[in-house]
Amino acid sequence: MAELTYRDAVAAAIAQEMRRDETVVFLGEDVAWAGGVFKTTVGLLDEFGEKRVRDTPISEQAIIGAAMGAAMTGLRPIAEIMFSDFFAVCWDLIANQIPKTRYMTSGQVIMPLVIRTANGGGVRFGAQHSQSIENWAMMIPGLKVVAPSTPADVKGLLAASIRDDDPVIFFEQKSLYADKGEVPDGEYVEELGKAKVLREGTDATIIALAAMVPRAMKAAERLQAEDGISASVVDVRCLVPLDTQTIFAEIRKTGRAFTVEENPRLCGWGAEISSLAMEECFWDLDLPLIRITTPHIPLPSADALEDEALPSVERIYNTVREGLD
Amino acid sequence: MADEKIPYTQYLQADGSVVGNLPEFAEDQELVLALYRHMNRARRFDTKAVAMQRTGRLPTFPPALGQEAFHVGFASAMSADDILFPTYRDGPAQMVRGVQLEELLLFTAGDERGSDFQVPRCDFPQAIPIATQTAHAVGAAYAMKLRGEKSVAVTTIGDGGSSKGDFYEAMNFAGVWQAPVIFLINNNGWAISTPRDRQSAAPTLAQKGDAVGVPGQQVDGNDVLAVYHVVSEAIAAARSGKGPALIEALTHRLTDHSTADDASRYRDADLLSEQWKEEPMIRLRTYLSNQGWWGKEDEESMLTELDQEIERAVENFEASDAPEAAAMFDYMYAELPADLMAQRAEVIAAHGHEGDGS
Repeated sequence: MAELTYRDAVAAAIAQEMRRDETVVFLGEDVAWAGGVFKTTVGLLDEFGEKRVRDTPISEQAIIGAAMGAAMTGLRPIAEIMFSDFFAVCWDLIANQIPKTRYMTSGQVIMPLVIRTANGGGVRFGAQHSQSIENWAMMIPGLKVVAPSTPADVKGLLAASIRDDDPVIFFEQKSLYADKGEVPDGEYVEELGKAKVLREGTDATIIALAAMVPRAMKAAERLQAEDGISASVVDVRCLVPLDTQTIFAEIRKTGRAFTVEENPRLCGWGAEISSLAMEECFWDLDLPLIRITTPHIPLPSADALEDEALPSVERIYNTVREGLD
Repeated sequence: MADEKIPYTQYLQADGSVVGNLPEFAEDQELVLALYRHMNRARRFDTKAVAMQRTGRLPTFPPALGQEAFHVGFASAMSADDILFPTYRDGPAQMVRGVQLEELLLFTAGDERGSDFQVPRCDFPQAIPIATQTAHAVGAAYAMKLRGEKSVAVTTIGDGGSSKGDFYEAMNFAGVWQAPVIFLINNNGWAISTPRDRQSAAPTLAQKGDAVGVPGQQVDGNDVLAVYHVVSEAIAAARSGKGPALIEALTHRLTDHSTADDASRYRDADLLSEQWKEEPMIRLRTYLSNQGWWGKEDEESMLTELDQEIERAVENFEASDAPEAAAMFDYMYAELPADLMAQRAEVIAAHGHEGDGS
């Protein structure tokens, strides 16, 4: 095991896959010479050269369009969109073209491509550079949607995404980039579509994604220490495919479920889990599922307001404790 | 980079000597000294803001170091009734337009009150997404024309931004509608780490106007007299109904893209020292001094005044209260819908009052 940061795990996964498969290429703005504006791709240019690691003009539609064309003709491109907010400027490709091509060609064309992006808030970048848009991607049939919370998952799930024959949207949470964690040595690939139970509990089930996972863990530890409440924590990891089996099993164990979502409240992924749980686990529930989310607002960039808007450890702790009262 | 079909304007060379016939305004001492003062304010403010970011007193800041002649030149050429659609590096231009230093600091710190600047009320806030502002400028210009106003919309973009589809589409609209809008490209040679020659294979960015019938020209962006002149003429033409124009100013980005960037990773240090020789302040000071308008004492007292002005702005900025937590719900709708009222109440309840956000 080696300790890596969340950001270093990105480059480690890409390098691992580029070494084993020469059809893997990587393109985006400032990804090569600068090593990424978040320094997530340092060293890739040196190792793989400009033919496979390519800086592009500021043209998101061309980045995603070219990646799509390359994927349709035998490459496995990884395209970076610097901030997930910019999905809005290449959404035709992401929503109308990429996820529908296999379907509309009766499987004649495969679309093995990954779109990596820095998602979410916590770093004061304001309403147009801090959005959590995993729910946008989740609602498009044909896309897979991954959002890791740890360096190990970044490596394992990104490698799996690159090997997948379907288009994967890979959301890196930008406030986690400096976080460190143990990452298995050698070739490491995880499986897409598997949630992970990080903490077993008997009183409450907290279901979280990406940057909300470490916060949920801290809240669970505090609930245990201060109130004797035993909470399990589930890291969803992949929104599509969604591992309902693991999630439902954890909800049934406690009968009291809470989602922690960074996205604005309306139509967040937790609403889907809540709806599914009502259909599938209704008779096992002791409480309605409670959603802890950012309010339905554009994310403010002022320090104090951003901290207030995102679900905090304090808010998760209070909501679970009060929910069990 | 010049192209024979694309006009190029320069009056002050790097050593301060004059080429060609200076336009009349260059004899206007008051005007030219004001340009110089604005450029100095911009640079001193820039230095202060970067220092504040390095010491944790400001978040990410995009310096304009080396591009002051561009910003001050074009903003000074605008009339009060014209409307600016700026990008994120245009703080120095906003200062010329009347935005207060304190407001720029608030904006940089993520406080929306900083975009609620008191002067000029009609200018747009900085667009941080790339190239979106170009289409807004065309829409505003169309509205002005429809209402029979004589105002002009001015929008800025970088060399990188000129690769965006929005930019082409906005220029095409402006051409078809003959809208009074001036597109200014601050070609500082870099889009974060991407150099100009990897941004476009076009020999000039000004010629991008050709494809859509918008006349393009280049100007030495390190020469404030040249920038002021070509932008003034383009604005006058647009005001008189002659339609849009595209002006590419050739500048140098003498520092990082922003405080979050480290250009030493990708930029040759020798190139940077060559570019410093062409920076815009010294050549203008030489001109002023040759005219007998400026001496060492003038310089010293101006810098002292500017530093005091900047310090006052920083003090006011740092003394301003954090916004109340409930303010995050303000201005979302004309009237807050009931479900959001409930979410707002939850935030207030967590504080026991409107909340100071901490």
